[in-house]
Amino acid sequence: MSSAGIDGSAQTAGKTQMTSKSAAAIDKARAEGRAALVGYLPAGYPTVEESIAAGIALAENGADLIEIGIPYSDPVMDGQVIQAATTQALANGFSVRQVFDVVAGITAKTDAAVLVMTYWNPVVRMGVDEFSRRLAEAGGAGLITPDLIPDEADEWMAASDKYGLDRVFLVAPSSTAERMQRTVDASRGFVYAVSIMGVTGARSSVSTAARNVVAAAHDAGAERVCVGLGVSNAEQVREIAAYAEGVIVGTALVSALGNGGVDAVGSLTRELSSGLAREEA
Amino acid sequence: MADAPSGNADNKAADAFLAGGSLRHAPGPYFGSYGGRWMPESLIAALDELEETFEKAKDDPDFRAQIADLNKNYSGRPSLLTEAKRFSEHAGGVRVFLKREDLNHTGSHKINNVLGQALLAKRMGKTRVIAETGAGQHGVASATAAALMGLECVVYMGAEDCRRQALNVARMELLGATVIPVTSGSQTLKDAINDALRDWVANVHNTHYLLGTAAGAHPFPAMVRYFHEVIGEEARAQILEQAGRLPDAVCACIGGGSNAIGIFHGFLDDPSVKIYGFEAGGDGVDTGRHAATITLGKPGVLHGARSYLMQDDDGQTIESHSISAGLDYPGVGPEHSYLADIGRVNYEPITDSEAMEAFRLLCRTEGIIPAIESSHALAGAIKVGQRLAAEDAAAARDKIVIVNLSGRGDKDVATAAEWFNLLDKDSAESEIGKEGEQL
Repeated sequence: MSSAGIDGSAQTAGKTQMTSKSAAAIDKARAEGRAALVGYLPAGYPTVEESIAAGIALAENGADLIEIGIPYSDPVMDGQVIQAATTQALANGFSVRQVFDVVAGITAKTDAAVLVMTYWNPVVRMGVDEFSRRLAEAGGAGLITPDLIPDEADEWMAASDKYGLDRVFLVAPSSTAERMQRTVDASRGFVYAVSIMGVTGARSSVSTAARNVVAAAHDAGAERVCVGLGVSNAEQVREIAAYAEGVIVGTALVSALGNGGVDAVGSLTRELSSGLAREEA
Repeated sequence: MADAPSGNADNKAADAFLAGGSLRHAPGPYFGSYGGRWMPESLIAALDELEETFEKAKDDPDFRAQIADLNKNYSGRPSLLTEAKRFSEHAGGVRVFLKREDLNHTGSHKINNVLGQALLAKRMGKTRVIAETGAGQHGVASATAAALMGLECVVYMGAEDCRRQALNVARMELLGATVIPVTSGSQTLKDAINDALRDWVANVHNTHYLLGTAAGAHPFPAMVRYFHEVIGEEARAQILEQAGRLPDAVCACIGGGSNAIGIFHGFLDDPSVKIYGFEAGGDGVDTGRHAATITLGKPGVLHGARSYLMQDDDGQTIESHSISAGLDYPGVGPEHSYLADIGRVNYEPITDSEAMEAFRLLCRTEGIIPAIESSHALAGAIKVGQRLAAEDAAAARDKIVIVNLSGRGDKDVATAAEWFNLLDKDSAESEIGKEGEQL
């Protein structure tokens, strides 16, 4: 189950030397002949307690990895649904340190790998080392960083090594071969492939660009690539599961939580996970 | 990972300056530990393309000739340097000179940057430009440049600002631009930038983001400064011609800091020239209602750059407050943060009240209605002049202070009329003038 030693090539050594909770979760799904499901929900939405309950429901209904977003005042990569949810969480008085309560609350009850998705300034403000230490203490697997590129990540590279955390950077349809290589080399756990040039939000179809981004990431040596942005139903999950190691769903789950509460998150997660099986597996 | 360039650049430039080197033409991406690219990967290719296009254009005589021609025959440059003799009497008797960016086409320094960036957009084959705007000045300037060059133009503007600045919205629409009210977040300038960035991510194949200030991700801070350097170059040559020597001080207002970095640049390497940036102190820096980013902020990352930032203990951006919409921004350009840290530029807050007093003073002593933004620089110059007079009143009369008069105040007449209770309570203008609305 551990990712360590799966691939000892020089190109990917940087990503696999250390035990990675995210990689382990993805590899477990792969061993079962399916892609991994990554579910996103914001911390503190609609309340801290309900965000913990919703995270547990994600894990109990088929999510292999959970991505907990930190509500932030300036979420430039998010569409209206997630903006509205995180704005509400902030209006309710969410404070950044509560994200560790949410992570600990979910990891205490489930085996899912729990990552935190955060814009970078809240981490800078707390201190990169301090944030990393507390995330590791809470049982977190690592960070997904939508506005931090490897070029600016020296402090995070050091802290993530020190505390054994995964660092999930994004790659996009616009990434050049050189940047793709650099980002894949800097990542640990998995690489987050942005399916489309745009922000988060449900879309009726997954762009053909997604397949090309995943192929480019694989060519650059990435062993685990998960596709996100715009994925909202089992049909799209099935399509992506055929060529990527994982599928990331956010907006649709946030809508479900907002409209139908924790139960709706559970039922949508079950529906989404029905699309994970790989025919060839 | 070993080959990743440092995000914590060293202070070589500061050391060089202190050792007699140059602070001019800092290329970015880092200014000391500030600047960089704290941006989604999706936009990095576009930033690379922009940087490459800009670097080539800078060295291209054709591009430079185009800029020079537009500056002279469209904007009306060089802008005048006007000695403000009657105003000077209120500033400790020092000689005050005004760099008249208010006389440019569209009424402010903003035109320098938009013409340059619109030309770059054409060079990149982009057919559409997007921009953010607070009060509407940069939006109007962007719409102007887009009309001139045949580009589609979309301007993001906070919904509340759209209501308050209805006539600037009409100006942009007259110029052919589409104005999109921003209803997300705090519905202010920072949220307009957020929505512009979201648009850019989705449309980067045909769209250039025409950022209005010397902030944001590399190459924007260095590039926007480049297009505004003409202010400082002209002012330096003009004061040498008109007064026969360099000034003792240069003053400018700071929101994001584009007019300021433009005039400062001309004097950065003149150690005898003291440089002052005046931030919006709003109701006062003790009240929490202000935009004094460098005075009270802490370093953080917002909109692509590491710089001083108004933020709470969680790193959430704090809303700024100023009577001047153009200074009402919780961030500041990274080069200013650097110049503050190394002590080359002094940054101080000016309250709404101080700015409005200076506004009225310039109207009545010189017959010039300044933008409220620029009035912060005028208020600062009064303080600088009075300090010099307090040191040595006789010597002060030979001191020279240049103020960058970054824009004209026509847009601010309703705000000022309301502030000074000049309107009949029952007049339509009085209704319009409430809460900073503009005629």
